[in-house]
Amino acid sequence: MATRHSAEYRDRHLVQELSSRIRRLSRRPLRIMEVCGTHTVSIFRHGIRSLLPETITLLSGPGCPVCVTDTAEIDAAIELARRPGVVIATFGDLLRVPGSRSSLERERAAGCEVRIVYSALDAVALARQTPGREVVFLGIGFETTAPTVAAAVLAARQAGLGNFSVLCLHKTVPPALAALTAAGDLRIDAFLLPGHVSVVIGRRAYLPFFERTRLPCAIAGFEPVDILQAVAALVAQAETERPQVENVYRRAVAEEGNPAAQRVLAAVFEPADARWRGIGVIPASGLEIREAYAAFDASRRFPLELAPAPEPRGCSCGEILTARKTPPECPLYGIRCTPSDPVGPCMVSSEGTCAAYFRYHDASAGG
Amino acid sequence: MCLAIPSRIVEIKDRMAVIDVDGVRRECSLLLLEDAAVGDWVIVHAGFAISRIDEEAARETLSLLREAAALAGGAPGGEPPAGE
Amino acid sequence: MDPADKILLDHGSGGRIAHRLLRDLLLPAFDNPALAELNDGAILEVEGSRLAFSTDSYTVDPIFFPGGDIGDLAVNGTVNDLAMCGARPLALSAAFILEEGFPLEDFRRILGTMARAAREAGVAIVTGDTKVVPRGAADRVFINTSGIGLIPPGVRVASHRARPGDRILLSGSLADHGVSVLAGREGLAFQTTVQSDTAPLHRMVAAMLAAGGEAVHVLRDPTRGGLGTALNEIAESSGVGVLIHEETIPLKPEVAGLCELLGFDPLYLANEGKLVAFVHPEAAEAVLAAVRADPAGRDAAWIGEALAAPAGRVVMQTRIGGRRIVDMLSGEQFPRIC
Ligand code: SF4
Repeated sequence: MATRHSAEYRDRHLVQELSSRIRRLSRRPLRIMEVCGTHTVSIFRHGIRSLLPETITLLSGPGCPVCVTDTAEIDAAIELARRPGVVIATFGDLLRVPGSRSSLERERAAGCEVRIVYSALDAVALARQTPGREVVFLGIGFETTAPTVAAAVLAARQAGLGNFSVLCLHKTVPPALAALTAAGDLRIDAFLLPGHVSVVIGRRAYLPFFERTRLPCAIAGFEPVDILQAVAALVAQAETERPQVENVYRRAVAEEGNPAAQRVLAAVFEPADARWRGIGVIPASGLEIREAYAAFDASRRFPLELAPAPEPRGCSCGEILTARKTPPECPLYGIRCTPSDPVGPCMVSSEGTCAAYFRYHDASAGG
Repeated sequence: MCLAIPSRIVEIKDRMAVIDVDGVRRECSLLLLEDAAVGDWVIVHAGFAISRIDEEAARETLSLLREAAALAGGAPGGEPPAGE
Repeated sequence: MDPADKILLDHGSGGRIAHRLLRDLLLPAFDNPALAELNDGAILEVEGSRLAFSTDSYTVDPIFFPGGDIGDLAVNGTVNDLAMCGARPLALSAAFILEEGFPLEDFRRILGTMARAAREAGVAIVTGDTKVVPRGAADRVFINTSGIGLIPPGVRVASHRARPGDRILLSGSLADHGVSVLAGREGLAFQTTVQSDTAPLHRMVAAMLAAGGEAVHVLRDPTRGGLGTALNEIAESSGVGVLIHEETIPLKPEVAGLCELLGFDPLYLANEGKLVAFVHPEAAEAVLAAVRADPAGRDAAWIGEALAAPAGRVVMQTRIGGRRIVDMLSGEQFPRIC
């Protein structure tokens, strides 16, 4: 049913071929981390786990921008939403994420203006249409999304808008991978790398990380055939002990990435330390708005107290994001923490590991 | 982490394109993609085209896979059925 | 309950959180057997005949959307709730809450739509009420309709009557209404030609019952919460497992496209002119023929079957041959980019 460049990759015969190829090749147990939350959702949604042999374990990594957004940052967004005259514009993903006491969805119920947009440019248009209001866009996401937000800042500057700003919560992937693997007790044998981040940063961007770890890596698209092909590639690398950074998403990812997007990103943002929920501060893993664009930086325009907020008690998101636990091993999972009443961020985002697990977990394991 | 969908460019004006996904249309910015043309398939994320799909690479990938699948399917007994 | 708790939009989404509201607040407050059945309408025995009685309130943004407006929904929705009890609709009521400043022109247009929908459904709107509230106290117009219908002798459809072995029929393509409303919503700026599927289903139901009689076990219109939620409700109240096959579910390409773009799962988007039926296999072909004979049922398809296990669960065989659990909607879906 899906469109070209998508339907072909949901073909049952190709899926079967890849599934049996993996079964044939796989001898030793392999723990693969899918770094990206969109992979997590696709894996659950298509029931891909049910097509893999027992030797393969898929673990979800820190690649859900919502899940890794720090509680204090959500609190900051909520504080902004409460200010008179402020309209928050956000991707729908952030609406339900719990801060330390509330969520944007609750604030909206209490009367704050919170608008869902599809694109950062929609937020710029909103600012243009409502000159008397301050439109604050919540900039979340990795290298895929950050250039789109940077482009929106450039567009706002060009339009001479004085009432548009960005609360910049962006993060970048390679430093997080480095931090994950630097922690001593790594229990990951191979990495399924995020396709659309790679579209922007290119295969090359992973090479320093790879040189340090020498773990099998494959850049994958998001259709079932893409994912299985990448798993097959990782199994082959592991079995032959010839690790590399393999680009299995060649129709979209170039060696050098997307230079135009990289330029726009670098024009507006510069690297900064960032706190990842459940993981802690990772050096140079975030982005902040450059001095030249200070007028569009919500954190400079509206000085905010970013009081460090404790993580919800009992929540194992940190261990989940680093593959030390699976959701059912969290004491709150499915009891106090469900998608309609989430405690931790992994349950909020539809691509969060706990939420995806809760919704779609393998039918054969279900009961 | 980033929902991005293959879409076809059906119109370009300035640096904005109209994209089509199975009959659904929307405006999409070309600010992040150099020299895109009408008829190109692009990957769209949050209202921006971020990559042009390399048709050549797509064809190669698929034909290799299809060959393998045909070989497996065409040699009965050569391929044990995937166990459940 | 936390005193700071407030009603959220999710409480009205028809999914799990809406269920909790029903179970924790409404059922205990009104406690009675007819309500406890939790069918689309209540079934009342009155001097030997069985009446179906149903009510629903309608709020939709935008109020005019491709393929219909709030007026169609208000008439067809209640007609369909009665039809899902196996009833022939007899009469409707309509009550309006209007916001001060709402254009008379729009009100007139909605009334015209309602009159036409009622005429097409062959049921009269026999009583009503209008209230006006100050600007800001309501969003333009809210409509409540209630309806009564007569259940013919020998008809016994109810959400707890699904049995292992039943085949599951969907009367047409999924999620058309949900997508048409989303596409029309301000700010998202998507253009589609998808139209809402709003339509009365009581004639289709009458034909199904004539063809299948007691073999038609369950009827449900998967409105808010979508097919996924409706199937879960049936699985739970009947104590059966439900297995559906993704590739058999009719879905228009444009609907699939918009769902991909915004990250929606069509299993959880609303339908306003579709029904899902659990039918004993012996009557399956006759019932399908009856549905297909109706203009709103031309694309009807078998999408799965009821099983003995896992009781209360819905499982989907995916297009690529994998398996996954289909849960109830767990909160209104928001457009997402991740
Ligand atoms: S189940 Fe909830 S509390 Fe536990 S790790 Fe997941 S999100 Fe956190």
